[in-house]
Amino acid sequence: MRKGSTADAPITFYRLQGCPYCERVSRLLQAYDLEYRSRFVEPFHSKRNVVKRVAGVRTVPVVVDENTGVTMAESGNIVAYLEAEYGSGTDATSTSSGNNGNGGDD
Amino acid sequence: MPDFDVVDLEPADHPEPGETAPDFTRPLVGEEYWEDRSLASLAENGRFVLVFTPMNGSFLARYIWDELVDRKWDTSDATVVGVTISTPYEHKRFVDDHDLPFELFSDPGNGVAEAYGIAHDLDGMAGVSEPRPAVFVVDGDRTVEQAWVASEWPDFPDYDALEAVLGNDLEE
Repeated sequence: MRKGSTADAPITFYRLQGCPYCERVSRLLQAYDLEYRSRFVEPFHSKRNVVKRVAGVRTVPVVVDENTGVTMAESGNIVAYLEAEYGSGTDATSTSSGNNGNGGDD
Repeated sequence: MPDFDVVDLEPADHPEPGETAPDFTRPLVGEEYWEDRSLASLAENGRFVLVFTPMNGSFLARYIWDELVDRKWDTSDATVVGVTISTPYEHKRFVDDHDLPFELFSDPGNGVAEAYGIAHDLDGMAGVSEPRPAVFVVDGDRTVEQAWVASEWPDFPDYDALEAVLGNDLEE
């Protein structure tokens, strides 16, 4: 970890500005009122070594949840995970299209 | 008489030694990503140095950072961070291009400079305001130890005086 960094939010969310797959995850994190910090990366995949290192892929979104020790890529998988872990029945689950980690992320 | 003009700036109303450095939260850009950081959270790691520069493309920004690299301020016990109005993308490029061993706050709205009383409206760039060059050495309680603020345009920090306050053995 770089000098000056603190780990004050349990969920770290790697994202790209304006990426719809990321916005989907963002909406769900907010709907569940989860504390998270956003780390923005650049559009070029070659500039995303941090994401590769953390999650083994260069796509975003990626969520690292220190509450559970889970690191997850693919928006469909992340949505399913968040719903299962933090969802409380019917609220917010309507945004889900299920576990469809189909590689459509940015 | 020199045939160029160094313009005197109006006195700045900036935090003086002994006063509290205003807190703020802005995206802090490093070599791999940027994320919102507060000055208060930086202060938790102890002493730090806030370096305000003109926007990244200017020769002023490059000269100031080159000088701080040459002087090895990255080896200081204090955390050295920059502030400019450049966007996170521009900061990211700047850090990459110069292999800069420092992180930079992005403040396109110039609100941080306003809070520090050092906003500078640029003549000939309508609607563009940025910080005037300024350096604040601040302790872990966010109390200003030393302040250097440009009184002329252009002007460069009094590096030696700041290093005297930092008191670190910066030589290898």
